[in-house]
Amino acid sequence: MKYTEDHEWLRVEGDLIVVGITEHAATQLGDVVFVELPEVETMVAAGDEVVVIESVKAASDILAPVDGEIVAVNDALTDAPSMVNEDPTGAAWMFKIKVDDLSVMDQFMDEDEYNDLIG
Amino acid sequence: MAEELHKLGLNDLHIARGGKMVPFAGYEMAVQYAPGVMKEHLHTRTAAGLFDVSHMGQVILRPRGSFLDTALAFEALMPVDVLGVKPGRQRYGLFTNETGGILDDLMFANRGDHLFVVVNAACKHQDIAHMTAHLSATTDVIAITDRALLALQGPLAETVLAQHIPAVDAMRFMDSVVAHWQGQDIWISRSGYTGEDGFEISLPEGLAQDFATALLGHPEVMLIGLGARDSLRLEAGLCLYGHDIDTTTSPVEAGLTWAIQKARRAGGDRAGGFPGDDRILHELAHGPERLRVGLRPEGRAPMREGTPLFAADATPLGAVTSGGFGPSVEAPIAMGYVAAAFATPGTALLGEVRGKHLPVTVAELPFHPTTYKR
Repeated sequence: MKYTEDHEWLRVEGDLIVVGITEHAATQLGDVVFVELPEVETMVAAGDEVVVIESVKAASDILAPVDGEIVAVNDALTDAPSMVNEDPTGAAWMFKIKVDDLSVMDQFMDEDEYNDLIG
Repeated sequence: MAEELHKLGLNDLHIARGGKMVPFAGYEMAVQYAPGVMKEHLHTRTAAGLFDVSHMGQVILRPRGSFLDTALAFEALMPVDVLGVKPGRQRYGLFTNETGGILDDLMFANRGDHLFVVVNAACKHQDIAHMTAHLSATTDVIAITDRALLALQGPLAETVLAQHIPAVDAMRFMDSVVAHWQGQDIWISRSGYTGEDGFEISLPEGLAQDFATALLGHPEVMLIGLGARDSLRLEAGLCLYGHDIDTTTSPVEAGLTWAIQKARRAGGDRAGGFPGDDRILHELAHGPERLRVGLRPEGRAPMREGTPLFAADATPLGAVTSGGFGPSVEAPIAMGYVAAAFATPGTALLGEVRGKHLPVTVAELPFHPTTYKR
């Protein structure tokens, strides 16, 4: 698992990267009440706003961590947004992105580095 | 420039109990505790929630002459019947300005030989100046700065509080009494701002820690932060000053006509005679141009404060003034102002969220039934 400074986690699954938000991010957001996912087959660039998460407190954007194509989204979150609080690093994955080269993963933090960041 | 934040008397208790502290109205306050907004909200609806609202302004209006002169002078600031409030009773009031807007909303109680007023934290300095300017000929306006204010709200509030202060079980909604705890006066009213039955309790700051700890010793009682306080009042359809009401909204537009008693309306014993009476009496007679309404967005996306509202044909109508998710309603809810012709419950409107026009329906208020003990 790799981590971004925007508190996303990334996991390689075959030739795809699975993206979600970290436990730390979920805790900071508070109770999540709404998740808006992107359309599949959307081409995105790193830094694009792809997911909107609304908690009881506020709305937050989740950015695409890398360039690529959104090939799957976790529709279960639309009906059960609270999964983001219950299992942020497992059942509440958000989207899968297809990239040209998986070496883009090298730029992100490993777990120790991320734990230092949120220290 | 960041202003120095004031700390509440119970600051240590909030931090010790996991309060996530944020700046609010010049105070450092807990937006939530460990359970989070959702659980805190639902706990208040099913058991009892304890709120520290000591940031609010507590003011005594003590007549230097007759009580009647003080009551009349206070009444001249509001479209509200002050004289009609009997000793031991409390009423909702609002200060208006010359253009019929709202300077603040408040609670006041007749305590026999004086009035006790509770105003919003963000407005308290201006409110005290306003009352001093207009009442000083007849009245000492005394800001109370050495008392905490707690609220215990929810269906089990009475059962819990009566174990410490037996007299409260005889109180009805909007009764106001002076009771005693550990030999000191505590001022209790049966009221609150959650839509639930409950009490607001003013007590000496030195007693607040022990009293709060005693209440929190009951498994029924959970400490509740500002986040759930906001979602509870929104579900109850209650206005938040500075958001749903302000110096531009009149009480009639805000749907607060129930707070304007007969005595102050056209044909009443003391009709008019308050700031902005021209506009307010005109709107009472002919209807306002816009109205505060409840709003139920379709789907799950909340419509937050500032969301522009449109008619089905895309004509701009107004905006959301409070919006979020209602944990008891289990859906997004909002309030806002729309042109009066679009204010009927059931009217289909559109709200603009992130560039998209999403369907939203005008709804009856409150969203969640109130359970005041009348």
